[in-house]
Amino acid sequence: MAEELKVGCARPTGGPVGETATEKTVETEKAEKEVVRMIRVGRKAPDFTAPAYLKGDFINVKLSDYLGKWVVLCFYPGDFTFV
Amino acid sequence: MSIDSIFVHKMWNDCELSKMVRGGVPFPMLSDAGGRVGKVYGVYDEDAGVETRGRFLIDPDGVVQGFEVLAPAVGRNVDETFREIHAFQLVRESKGTQATPSGWRPGKKTLRPGPELVGNVWKEWKTEMAFD
Repeated sequence: MAEELKVGCARPTGGPVGETATEKTVETEKAEKEVVRMIRVGRKAPDFTAPAYLKGDFINVKLSDYLGKWVVLCFYPGDFTFV
Repeated sequence: MSIDSIFVHKMWNDCELSKMVRGGVPFPMLSDAGGRVGKVYGVYDEDAGVETRGRFLIDPDGVVQGFEVLAPAVGRNVDETFREIHAFQLVRESKGTQATPSGWRPGKKTLRPGPELVGNVWKEWKTEMAFD
């Protein structure tokens, strides 16, 4: 399912899938700030790719690879936080 | 998923989490540099530069069925996550013919929404059933 990740010296990164990389003017940035993007139940979960550590390996994970399964996606403030 | 790199994830797993969970973390520890995914999910705190404790349940069709977001100092309840997944799986398997009332746990009574149930929930479900 998940492809193995070749790790160099740079920090591998991921991000939302399907995001358009257009040059932003001040005006479009303002307009974007006004649009509050909120997740809603009953709507598709935004797809993304992200590098990950899994049992000794570095892999690349894509949310849509998990279609057909229930997924619990957890965010947290940081490694080594206490709770 | 957090803003930490996969290298820090490895160290946290190997140095600490593997001492709490035998064999270490069994699922992928995702890295979200810059909070780019967190922003889309509404859990990235720009002021602190970190992600809040967001937990999203996503069904087999990729549809969000529920979410909960907590401030950093309060941890989540894993039992509640499992309870909700069991409930959503039951509702999905029943193709929406059953619903799980407040306080439902696997083995407890479900409700069958329909015209006959309107105004009659009190006959089927008692307040005590909201509690364990």
